[in-house]
Amino acid sequence: MAKRIEVSDLNIYYGNFLAVEGVNVSIEPRSITALIGPSGCGKSTFLRSLNRMHEVIPGARVEGKVVMDGQDLYSPDADPVDVRRQIGMVFQRPNPFPTMSIYDNVVAGNRLNNRKMKKAESDELVERSLRGANLWNEVKDRLDRPGSSLSGGQQQRLCIARAIAVEPDVLLMDEPCSALDPISTLAIEDLMAELKDRYTIVIVTHNMQQAARVSESTGFFNLNGVGQPGRLIEFNPTEKIFSNPDQKATEDYISGRFG
Amino acid sequence: MTATKAPTPSPPQQRAVRRLGDRVFAGSAKGSGIFILLVLAGVAAFLVSEAIPALTAPAEEIPGGEGLTGYVAPLIVGTLLGAVLALLVATPLAVGIALYITYYAPRRIAATMGYVIDLLAAIPSVVYGFWGLAVLAPALVPFHRWAADDLGWLPFFAGPASASGRTMLTVGLVLAVMILPIISAIAREVFSQAPALHREAALALGATRWEMIKMAVLPYGRSGVIAGAMLGLGRALGETMAVAIVLSGGAGATLNLIGSSNPSTIASNIALRFPEATGIDVNTLVASGLVLFVITLAVNMLARWIVNRRADFSGAN
Amino acid sequence: MSTETQSPVLVAGEPGAPIRARRRLPRYAPLGLYAAGIALGAALSALTGFSTALTVVYGAVLGTLAVYAGSRAVEGGRKATDRLVTALVTTAFAIAMIPLVSLVYTVLEKGLARFDATFFSNSMYRVVGEGGGAYHAIFGTLIITALTAVISVPIGLLTAIYLVEYGRGRLKRAITFFVDVMTGIPSIVAGLFAFALFTLVFGNDVRLGVMGAVALSVLMIPVVVRSCEEVLKLVPNELREASYALGVPKWRTVVKVVLPTAVAGLGTGITLAVARVVGETAPLLVTVGLITGTNLNPFDGRMATLPVFAYYQLTQPGTATQAFLDRAWTAALLLIILVMALNVVARLISRFFAPKTGR
Repeated sequence: MAKRIEVSDLNIYYGNFLAVEGVNVSIEPRSITALIGPSGCGKSTFLRSLNRMHEVIPGARVEGKVVMDGQDLYSPDADPVDVRRQIGMVFQRPNPFPTMSIYDNVVAGNRLNNRKMKKAESDELVERSLRGANLWNEVKDRLDRPGSSLSGGQQQRLCIARAIAVEPDVLLMDEPCSALDPISTLAIEDLMAELKDRYTIVIVTHNMQQAARVSESTGFFNLNGVGQPGRLIEFNPTEKIFSNPDQKATEDYISGRFG
Repeated sequence: MTATKAPTPSPPQQRAVRRLGDRVFAGSAKGSGIFILLVLAGVAAFLVSEAIPALTAPAEEIPGGEGLTGYVAPLIVGTLLGAVLALLVATPLAVGIALYITYYAPRRIAATMGYVIDLLAAIPSVVYGFWGLAVLAPALVPFHRWAADDLGWLPFFAGPASASGRTMLTVGLVLAVMILPIISAIAREVFSQAPALHREAALALGATRWEMIKMAVLPYGRSGVIAGAMLGLGRALGETMAVAIVLSGGAGATLNLIGSSNPSTIASNIALRFPEATGIDVNTLVASGLVLFVITLAVNMLARWIVNRRADFSGAN
Repeated sequence: MSTETQSPVLVAGEPGAPIRARRRLPRYAPLGLYAAGIALGAALSALTGFSTALTVVYGAVLGTLAVYAGSRAVEGGRKATDRLVTALVTTAFAIAMIPLVSLVYTVLEKGLARFDATFFSNSMYRVVGEGGGAYHAIFGTLIITALTAVISVPIGLLTAIYLVEYGRGRLKRAITFFVDVMTGIPSIVAGLFAFALFTLVFGNDVRLGVMGAVALSVLMIPVVVRSCEEVLKLVPNELREASYALGVPKWRTVVKVVLPTAVAGLGTGITLAVARVVGETAPLLVTVGLITGTNLNPFDGRMATLPVFAYYQLTQPGTATQAFLDRAWTAALLLIILVMALNVVARLISRFFAPKTGR
């Protein structure tokens, strides 16, 4: 299921503004890759370009290649909708659909695409996804309640369940814990550790302890100044980044000596 | 998968693949928008096409025998007179109401009060006409008499006073009531958006409530009030039924507000004459409607321009 | 009058006063001054033959002046101006209430005379004097309004969707601007437009219910667009993104996520738009006309509608004048009830269909 993503010479533009420049990286399957860096350095933009979510913003475009197991995501006949079905995403703030129950939220990806499922089949999918997101025991008695009735941490796990219910190969997480309290954060981190056996996970985080705790590899993004494009400064195994980084800028950022 | 292949411009153009459903849906949404533009163009075009016979007809065939200009001119005077009178009465009242609801009324009932004022806007104009004819006109007869006696030196109150009260003055007041909620709704909105920081800063300097409003609220809301007044003016210019019912019109142009013979307004003239009109009369009425359309269009565009200019620098949205 | 918090009256310089104490009018002073003003006003109006209206006017003016003068003497000019403005602003609101109360009272008083079963079950067919009703006009109004909604809601809603979800650049700006302009089209001009359009197609003297619906649509579409646009803008972008990230195409996202989330606001806006056109008279006067019998087919000849019915009953009474006037006022009452009911429905929709948020 999990797939490798190869990114080569990727430039990301918003209109004429070059937001991210020259990214070359290979993201390993069945592992967690963390992206760290100061605010506005383009790490979220880069993450969103991996499943073409940045195209939602008018004028956004990319140059370069993103290849997932031999399939070029940006080839002219690649459909962004199909790309997103294979590469799921979890957002900074939990965003369950307010008009839907917990149950409907989990099957939303299938139901919104009009995929017909038998009742037993979708029941099975809901339980599997919610168990996968470590939420089943908490909500199994109230699946018909609105998704927004849950706590923030539960909502975020519901969103993860919703994302894995469409059975993607890759899971992108854009600061998934930044709106959560420490206990919910811990629950999500535990969940990520379980999920990485089956998925390729890429997570953007501002929390360096989190990156150090959960990830195998870490990429450090930085920019030279306001209006300059963001760049991937260093990409290495997490252990190395946090103990003995190659680049001075990385070390400065990690040790907090950074402007 | 319904992925459809399109010509393949290489990156950075990535709009190659679009689904059928997306194209149909986006197309119909866009089509509806364009349709609205067409309707507006159609309004102008059809009015012109129906008005052309009146524009080209010889002067004596136009009702009144003085040509189209001679026919429409007194109507324009009547239209402007009633609308401007309404505007003069309604604007200060509307500003007062808006201030009362935003800054003076007890918080708990302010919302309800706003709702009640909004109800004024919901009442059909024909009902306003009924009320103007049955209640306001008779109630104003003493005022008409007094104005003719004591203010007769003003051209507006030249008299002789109408005995029925069905005058331009009464019409102006009915129209004022009708546009009051429009102006006050917009004024309320801009007043309530006045930056809290400025308001609190004014209060912290020891300003009284009125000084705070003068310093922090009114300057901020001025263009909004002007735009609201323009929208109200547009509504008053085009108001038909209330005027048709209340006004005893049909006379030539005059500034006298309280006499028994008043110039009609364009809109009410159409409503009164159209059902029985035939031939060139119809074209004449449509031509006068075209004039009204142009006037209100100009007023509304001006209002929108003021609103949009404000939106540009206020940073709202 | 005054709603400020009152501090005890302290004399300036009194020992122990923590802050320089301000001299203030006692709390009951404004009330007393207004009462005095009213009393004086009653006396004044009695000079010219007593009238309640004049008493209130004189009383308000005199009371305000007295409070202003008193405040100026005791509290100083700034505070006095503040009190004056408070009085003015409150008066403005009170003045606005007068027509509303008077109008509702008059319509109720005169309209209840014929608010009976005959009015709802009979048409005016072969009625020249008393009796008769607005059965034909009520159904005419319902049919034409429904037809208007059928035309306006899809176009208005789709345009709003275009503006919020798809629109960009010049076309979006043009549509936004001209929708705004369209809201200002006088209703009689909309009627003339429908008249001109149908005259070109069907020849002279055509009168159809559907013409009225087209005219009303010109008035209703921009209202629907504006209110739907506002509501759709309120749907958080996060929900759209969540849907896209699940691999849902944009149009399905709009139809199945955005619209259901906004359904309460959309329902409210559309209901209010219906309320706006249901009482329109002028466009129907020039396109639909009026008949005395019942015609429920909007594609065949003239129809009766409630506002036009009310208008003609009032302005062209037959021999039994009072019977015509009574019917006119009852029709007016019915119109107000209809509009108010739609307003209440709109509020209920926004209350009961709003998405339940746990946050």
